[in-house]
Amino acid sequence: MDALNNVFVNIAAYIRGLFADSHSLSADLTINIIVFLMLFLIMVVAALFLSLVERKFAHWVSQRSGPNRLGPHGWFQFIADAVKMLGKEDIYPANVDLFLFKIAPMMLVGITLMAFGVIPFGKGMVAINLDLGIFYFLAVSSISTLALLMAGWASNNKFSLLGGFRAVAQMISYEIPLLFSLLGVIMITQTFNLSSIIEAQKTIPFIFLQPLAFLIYLIAGIAETNRAPFDQVQGEQEIVAGPFTEYSGLRWGLFMLAEYGNVVATSAIAVSMFLGGWYGPGFLPGWLWFILKIWLVIFIMMWVRWTFVRMRVDHLMHFAWKILLPLSLANIFLTGLGIYIYQLFIPRIGG
Amino acid sequence: MIIDGTQEYSVNMGPQHPSTHGVFRMVVHLDGEVVTNVEPKIGYLHRGLEKMAESRTYNQFVPYTDRLDYLAGPHNSLGYVQAVEKLMGIEVPERAEYLRVIFAELGRVASHLFMIASGSLDICGWTPWSYCTRDRERILDLFEMTAGNRMTLNYFRIGGVSHDVPDEFMPALKSFLDDMPEMIEEYYGIFFGNEIAQSRMKSVGILPKELAENLLITGANLRASGVQYDVRKAEPYGIYNRFNFNVPVLYGCDTYDRHFIRLLEIQESRKILQQALRDIPEGPVVAKVPKVIKPQVGKVYHRVENPKGEMGWYIVSNGTTKPARVRIRTGAFVNVQMLPAIVTGWKIQDLVTIFASMDLVLGEVDK
Repeated sequence: MDALNNVFVNIAAYIRGLFADSHSLSADLTINIIVFLMLFLIMVVAALFLSLVERKFAHWVSQRSGPNRLGPHGWFQFIADAVKMLGKEDIYPANVDLFLFKIAPMMLVGITLMAFGVIPFGKGMVAINLDLGIFYFLAVSSISTLALLMAGWASNNKFSLLGGFRAVAQMISYEIPLLFSLLGVIMITQTFNLSSIIEAQKTIPFIFLQPLAFLIYLIAGIAETNRAPFDQVQGEQEIVAGPFTEYSGLRWGLFMLAEYGNVVATSAIAVSMFLGGWYGPGFLPGWLWFILKIWLVIFIMMWVRWTFVRMRVDHLMHFAWKILLPLSLANIFLTGLGIYIYQLFIPRIGG
Repeated sequence: MIIDGTQEYSVNMGPQHPSTHGVFRMVVHLDGEVVTNVEPKIGYLHRGLEKMAESRTYNQFVPYTDRLDYLAGPHNSLGYVQAVEKLMGIEVPERAEYLRVIFAELGRVASHLFMIASGSLDICGWTPWSYCTRDRERILDLFEMTAGNRMTLNYFRIGGVSHDVPDEFMPALKSFLDDMPEMIEEYYGIFFGNEIAQSRMKSVGILPKELAENLLITGANLRASGVQYDVRKAEPYGIYNRFNFNVPVLYGCDTYDRHFIRLLEIQESRKILQQALRDIPEGPVVAKVPKVIKPQVGKVYHRVENPKGEMGWYIVSNGTTKPARVRIRTGAFVNVQMLPAIVTGWKIQDLVTIFASMDLVLGEVDK
């Protein structure tokens, strides 16, 4: 089990061992490139697979026939989708701001990929072991607002513009409860490093200590990834596809890639912060537990998506500022109080 | 270029927009996301049905009537054939009358189900949409086993119906009616009882009673504004006076009530269908009518309660085999005018919900 647990760590160590000096610049560079490619692969495969799973899930929830033609029960559909998207003509309307129009999808994918950098998929399986890991994640993911605004503005389409503005309003509003919900965990562990946070959950996952924070994080996370019931940004019944209206082919595919990548990243952070990361009963390797827990969170997100209808824009704002924000502040206060009381009895804990 | 301050702008929604239910077009004037004015533009589906009627014989026009409100085909034909029968004084056999009621009410249930479905889809409720269409499918199957077509039936004839229903029709209809309460509970659970859905629809797009009456709104939209008016009760046509059913009325005047009243009407239609199923006699399904329909000179006005509103048929005969003039008063066409009256001040998102609650079918609006 130990070998299975560390299989990826061992592979990395083996590759490093091939170099004369295992910590030379060339060894670091090789490892980094491999890790980057792996992350990109994880993101692309996860996104393609999720796009299929989502439809399968929709078929299961709403009793319709999902993809069922290609391969056994339609499970190869995502390959066909990817090939179709790659083969499409690159169309852009006449009056777009071409530079911004082209760079927006790339930027969104890049940001999502950057967020993947700090996710610890297993013990020692993190691309960049940043001490400010969670801070970095929040900082990076908040830039994606900019990419959506760029896409909305550059498309030179009124529906896109509305979508872009909605993206700014919504994502900035929900960033705050999202951040505040994570603060409780950070106060307990006294660290921003995701691996250290997971190691602190060896005995008890923080969902039991911070149930309210987990709920707030999940809601704000769904809002951050622009999924129903918070998909105002795309709002296809009102503003066609929001910022993505004018996009087609591979550029649109990149947006979808980023969307599903964001779903995976958000779930991964939820798993790291609240669900005990790679810790689980010993019959499965740690990284598999991590992936299974991610799937659990994604499952909840899909369940919510296919059950609830879209919220109203003004209710959405009220919900963020008048309900989630006070609740997350209350959670921070209660956590602080709890830590203070705890320290009265066990003075040495937590510095 | 530097622009000082803000300005209103207009967005063209439709005729190719996801939630304009066909080819409706509206020019929406927006202040940010707030709608300041809406200009409905209709006519993209205009086929000139009224003019077409003048160059077709009375029987030849029956298939065209299905294309008016294509979600509830039978009721349109019912209005037309009954108008011609009124003009000629034809007595329709009992069994045909019952079959007509069964098909008309099934059409109403199908139309209302699809209205709830598309209304929920317009606020991104994919699951209620597929629940409703799943059950509507059973009605379409019933239509298909009888008439061969699923939506445009061409089943009614002047003097009766074209042929009797197959043997498996009545058991299938009975099992559908038996399953209906469960379906309605399901819709309530997934859509009407959902708190987000309620917050989207409640007190949105208020159509006050006075305004509704002044704008001549008819059908379920009127009844959701607190007016108990139904042609089936006010001026019973066919054999509707034999059935025991209520006319549901709601007083909320909002989008939610306009959706919810459809659910209540489905339940009333179920009552009618059950009674029709119980009482339907055996016998011929078409009266002895002349091969060539040639009404005497005269004119007739006949109105029926279409699922979308009151439908009136005005037919002028000059004694030939073709009508001299046909005028169709459709409910949806008149109901369009409530949109600019109630939408001002709501957001573009609510505009879509309000539009869905009006339950327009463009075939009926544009004729």
